Amino acid sequence: MDGLAFYAFAYLAAAVFAVIVSQRLGLGTVVGYIAAGVIIGPVLQVSTAGSDYLEQFSEFGIVMMLFLIGLEIDPQMVWKLRAKLLGLGGLQVAATIGVITVVGTAIGFTWQQSLLFGFIGALSSTAIVLQTLEEKGMLESDGGRASFAVLLFQDFAVIPMLACIPLMAAAGNAAPAGHGSTLIQHLPGWASALLTLAAVAFVVIAGQYLSRPIFRLIALLRLREIFTAMALLLVVAIALLMSAVGLSPALGAFLGGVVLANSEFKHELQNDVEPFKGLLLGLFFMTIGAKIDLGILRDNWLVIFAATLALATIKVVVLLPLAWTFKVRTAAGWLFALGLAQAGEFGFVLLSIGQERQILTGQIASIAILVITMGMILTPALFAIYARIAILIDNRQGQNEADQPDEGTIIIAGVGRFGQIVNRMLLANGHKTVILDYRADVVDDIRRFGIKSFFGDASRPDLLESAGLSKADLLIVAIDDRDRATEIVSHARQQNPNIRIIARAYDRLHHYELLDAGADHIVRELFGSSVEAAGLALQSLGMHPYEVEKRKSIFVDEDVAGLNRMAPLVDQSTRVSDNPTFIAGFKDIGRVIESAMRGERTTYEEIVRRGWSPPELGESHSPPIHTTRAPPAGTEP
Amino acid sequence: MRVLVLFAHPAQRKKSINLAMAERARSVDGVTLVDLYAEYPRFSIHVDREQQRLLEHDVIIFQFPLFWYSTPALLKQWQDLVLEYGFAYGPSGKKLAGKHMLACVTTGGRRDDYSPTGGNEHPIQDFLLPLRQTATLCGMEFLPPFVLHAANHIEEDRAQAHIDAYPQLLAALRDDRFDLQAARSYSTLSRDDLVHLIGG
Repeated sequence: MDGLAFYAFAYLAAAVFAVIVSQRLGLGTVVGYIAAGVIIGPVLQVSTAGSDYLEQFSEFGIVMMLFLIGLEIDPQMVWKLRAKLLGLGGLQVAATIGVITVVGTAIGFTWQQSLLFGFIGALSSTAIVLQTLEEKGMLESDGGRASFAVLLFQDFAVIPMLACIPLMAAAGNAAPAGHGSTLIQHLPGWASALLTLAAVAFVVIAGQYLSRPIFRLIALLRLREIFTAMALLLVVAIALLMSAVGLSPALGAFLGGVVLANSEFKHELQNDVEPFKGLLLGLFFMTIGAKIDLGILRDNWLVIFAATLALATIKVVVLLPLAWTFKVRTAAGWLFALGLAQAGEFGFVLLSIGQERQILTGQIASIAILVITMGMILTPALFAIYARIAILIDNRQGQNEADQPDEGTIIIAGVGRFGQIVNRMLLANGHKTVILDYRADVVDDIRRFGIKSFFGDASRPDLLESAGLSKADLLIVAIDDRDRATEIVSHARQQNPNIRIIARAYDRLHHYELLDAGADHIVRELFGSSVEAAGLALQSLGMHPYEVEKRKSIFVDEDVAGLNRMAPLVDQSTRVSDNPTFIAGFKDIGRVIESAMRGERTTYEEIVRRGWSPPELGESHSPPIHTTRAPPAGTEP
Repeated sequence: MRVLVLFAHPAQRKKSINLAMAERARSVDGVTLVDLYAEYPRFSIHVDREQQRLLEHDVIIFQFPLFWYSTPALLKQWQDLVLEYGFAYGPSGKKLAGKHMLACVTTGGRRDDYSPTGGNEHPIQDFLLPLRQTATLCGMEFLPPFVLHAANHIEEDRAQAHIDAYPQLLAALRDDRFDLQAARSYSTLSRDDLVHLIGG
């Protein structure tokens, strides 16, 4: 127990320290985790015991990463990016593999080793590049989009690569497939193939038809932590099943993710699995760092340095002409080429499998890990080079190449009877909405009408974030819970100062709270429909429909004016609620309301009476003849 | 002929002559009366429905009080929306051609006010020129307007006589007893003129 606590302390402390420093330096979290591994491994020598167990455990990080990648795959987006995805991505991967394999064999590696290096070099770091692009707001620019497409293709490409490595190993030295025992080991070929297919089919079908009802039930019962447990259970179960039939657990998880990518629980699953994935993946990188032999770095620093530069150069040389071919020109092309010029976290995965399959010796693998790490450390420098090039190109062109702005979106939090109508009208007018609601059955109903909607508690900042809060144009807060509504408004206002917020208020007091929280427009939830009903009442009592309309609109105007008049008073009283001013203020409001009520009644009648009134009978209203040319007074000349 | 009365008055008070006229028109068999302000209190006019009504009638009557020498706002809105290109005018839209248009107007000013020497400097028919030209462009015949001046000031019996004459005029139009030929020589029509124009 003490031992476990100590290891947990050592790993977590190193991770917290190194990741913060690395992030501060702009190197990203991956480099930080590796550094943490170096600290606890070679430097402090605390990782030796129990490290095997940890390593096994940390491989779930990879499984979860692939599950999340699968979850991120939106068929529509893939279709939209298909040209760049297949063209740019495919050619990039193929050309990089080709060049590195040729270079590798030329300098004396075996073809298996060279090909493995090709695989590793062809992949870039999704984590680092996407994060950097997002931070710099360049994700929606030409270069950013091209980068995204290529990264997405690389994520796909990992899968055949993972499948290839055992084959390569078998072709090379006929090493025993170190698989341990699987269910299908002793079955004839056709039966094992059939069983494998059945397992894959089971993941697809169960993901589609079995997991969703279970998630829905859990959501309906509002069992938050059981939802998280179920999400983890799903990933672990897929991993187990896949190992049992001899497939990669990571591949299975990827498949499971794709199956659930279109479900209403996508965001919720992402939010629940993400922290586990983050920590386990961190652990994975730390175990890699822990295995680095610092002696190797000291003895081979020149080789490592040269290899790092060579890798970056090869990648740029491959990427830049591709960018030009696919019309990602000038500055955008440089962003694309320099941004993707590192090897990525998948490289570590491929390396560890390659080592396991005895394609690489421990020393070569250690050097390769250092090369990948150095490449990642180099990335911020490459982005800095891009910035200089972009300025040069801008100056030469004399004008800024405008990056396309992010697509505007509308988030609707809460689609009960209120939010649904708002949503319908926005859709009818050709706007795209993203919907959040915490009732799974409601979300389910809406999805049946083909509306994009997600299950989750809209007051959770991370869910709002994944719905695109920081880029959205408009947020409509239409949930029932008044305190949560206020929370959402103030959170949204803090996160995105430019967003326009329309909020639904429970009553007058809530109206002021929302105003204070930063809402731009506030609708009292029952006000409009109550006025409507009052109007119908007047009409039923025999009032002419147009007269009713006039009286309604004047009543609304007066009421809103009164609401605004009283705003400063209420504002003061809610802020200092423990204060004697509160009571005084409240009494003030009472007086204001009272007098307003009395005042309103006379002004109301006065205002309604105006308009289309003929002059009093008997009073001459015809214009004085030939004295003035002014138009006749009154509305009926 | 089938008669359609489009009645436009935004402030229908109990003593309004226009309201009394509309009430009487409503009770004439075979005459369609539409209270535009009741049907479209929010000014969102149902164009298809209004065009269909026009197609189903031969005489289109605008009944309204004169506001600032023009129709009330909703009746103007009605013209702007319903008399569409391709329906009421234009090469392919002569669907109203051959119909008749009649304006039934009440004014606040006296008859004398609507004269070259009066405060309004022009006779009432001059102020109705936009309506006349609208009718002409749509291929309709614009009949001399049926006018009651000084609607707020006249004696009750004279007002009542005008109100009573209105359903007779509508019935005569309906039964083709209204002498269109003779009417063409009038610039405006008063209650007294109707005696000469309505046949038995």
